[in-house]
Amino acid sequence: MGIKLKYEVDGEDFTRAGEASGDIKKTLKKLGFPPETVRNVAIAVYEGEINMVIHANGGEITADLSEDGITVVLADKGPGIPDIGMAMKEGYSTAPDNVRALGFGAGMGLPNIKKYSDGMEIDSVVGEGTTIKLKFLPKQ
Amino acid sequence: MSSFFHSVRLDEEKCTGCTTCIKRCPTGAIRVRNGKAHILSGRCTDCGECIRVCQHHAKYSERDDLSRLSEFKYNVAVPAPTLYGQFSNIEDTDYILTALKRCGFDDVFEVAGGAERVSELTREFMASDKAVRPVISSACPAVCRLIRVAFPQLIPHVIPLNSPMEETGRLARERARKVTGLADEDIGVFFITPCPAKITAIKQPICLEKSYISGAIAIKDIYPALLKNIKALKNESPESLKSAGLIGISWATSGGESAALLRDSYLAADGIENVIKVLEEIDNEKLNNIDFVELNACTGGCVGGSLTAENPFVAKARLQQLRRGMPVSGSHIGEGENVDDMYWQRPLTGYDIMRLSDDISEAMSMMNRMEEIRAKLPGLDCGTCGAPSCAALAEDIVRGFAKETDCIFRLRDQLDAPLFKDIFPAPFRKPEK
Ligand SMILES: Nc1ncnc2c1ncn2[C@@H]1O[C@H](COP(=O)(O)OP(=O)(O)OP(=O)(O)O)[C@@H](O)[C@H]1O
Ligand code: SF4
Ligand code: SF4
Ligand SMILES: [Mg+2]
Repeated sequence: MGIKLKYEVDGEDFTRAGEASGDIKKTLKKLGFPPETVRNVAIAVYEGEINMVIHANGGEITADLSEDGITVVLADKGPGIPDIGMAMKEGYSTAPDNVRALGFGAGMGLPNIKKYSDGMEIDSVVGEGTTIKLKFLPKQ
Repeated sequence: MSSFFHSVRLDEEKCTGCTTCIKRCPTGAIRVRNGKAHILSGRCTDCGECIRVCQHHAKYSERDDLSRLSEFKYNVAVPAPTLYGQFSNIEDTDYILTALKRCGFDDVFEVAGGAERVSELTREFMASDKAVRPVISSACPAVCRLIRVAFPQLIPHVIPLNSPMEETGRLARERARKVTGLADEDIGVFFITPCPAKITAIKQPICLEKSYISGAIAIKDIYPALLKNIKALKNESPESLKSAGLIGISWATSGGESAALLRDSYLAADGIENVIKVLEEIDNEKLNNIDFVELNACTGGCVGGSLTAENPFVAKARLQQLRRGMPVSGSHIGEGENVDDMYWQRPLTGYDIMRLSDDISEAMSMMNRMEEIRAKLPGLDCGTCGAPSCAALAEDIVRGFAKETDCIFRLRDQLDAPLFKDIFPAPFRKPEK
């Protein structure tokens, strides 16, 4: 028994960034997942969702929720990440100035996704897109 | 969830079942049943939003009136600073305080004074290692109740200090005991309240064994008598009753409590929808760089309370005028004074109203059923079923307190009459050629 959630993330509309992660959070709360798990998922998925909007012109988020764990896949058809090792470094960012003006671009998104998840796999092909798979284990 | 006291009530006679309030309740706590908008006790935070939006005045707040003064030998009025913004052309709060005293009280003690002491202790708390940043104000009882039902994980952030109202009640009692030698039960302390949330906090405190306040009189109820008394004072000079300065008075408007902390890193949000957004941000660790978060359920702060008499923006403008020429602060914590009594007596406890079940797998199957039901509902969120939205009805059905045929469209679908199936309500009608 599990729950599947799916969201299209609009790459054009900044103001809507956070809707998918917000809804996943609400769902996890309703299901009674421990607060720490809820928070970790909310933070990591929010960062991934924002990256999709800022760097990849939108994409799709799917979440599989079960008692033994949560899997979230963030897939986009954006420009891809040429050097994943570099992108994972704290402070590395290619965010343009207009995005920085909004408070993004500290280069902390991917490192935080790693920190708050219990498993992170990035697949990225330049010119084709990026897929990030996240695992979360419920903890009490 | 045993018995909850709520000051916000429904006057069934007046309720038309129009469904306006069910959609505006921030915690989804109202359902129309048998044509009347009942409040689900465990979810209500007494924020007063439904009182504000009901055009039929069917939602009201339980409160006291001046007749209760006869229960006590000595009565003290403790007015919320919001009171000072309700009157035009007043240069000195002593006029208001004297007029208030003449409504039948033996003494008045400004809540603005207690507020200044709470500000001082907050400053001290913020500098200590007990502060969990961002520290959230505990002064608005509707916010405290919202946190306990919808954000229990944020409870460690809430500052464990009694509100200015309680601190003032405590001081007022102390002074009355000294002056009169009376026992506590003979002393009446009445809060002049801007809102129902404070009334609930008095009748059923969460973090105190018992409130220091005996009862609450709504600002809008005492307003006419006050106006009259203020007029009568025109040719007299008022008694000298005030003790607070501009810090205390500033607590009436959003941002006042924060400004009194004398630090730059703060956020002040007002209006229940904004409060919810900020709590989400804190929960998502987006506000870790902020020291203090002031949250007021009412728009503009307490001046926007649903039991006030004056428009909140007008009240705010008047308070700005009044503050001119006032000392910064008039009430202080004494050197070496023991402040233990200013802290909560027991912790804020959370109880989660959001979760479907304590068992995750049970909750999951409930959610899947909810989704199946929701898919069959029209998505109009019309409220005719008595729930605020189609999704809320689906949840109610799964929780066991509503049924699918409460939705008029589902009822139609289940009627075994082909004729009905061709009747489309306006939202579903195809455009005519
Ligand atoms: N989905 C993506 N598609 C293409 N490039 C990406 C994607 N996600 C991240 N990147 C690249 O990796 C870099 C680092 O990402 P990260 O989220 O850590 O920082 P940021 O988004 O630049 O800033 P911050 O997240 O702190 O606001 C980005 O600047 C961008 O170049
Ligand atoms: S707003 Fe609510 S309480 Fe007022 S009449 Fe409509 S349903 Fe009844
Ligand atoms: S903001 Fe002030 S008036 Fe409004 S509910 Fe809170 S304490 Fe009461
Ligand atoms: Mg990022």
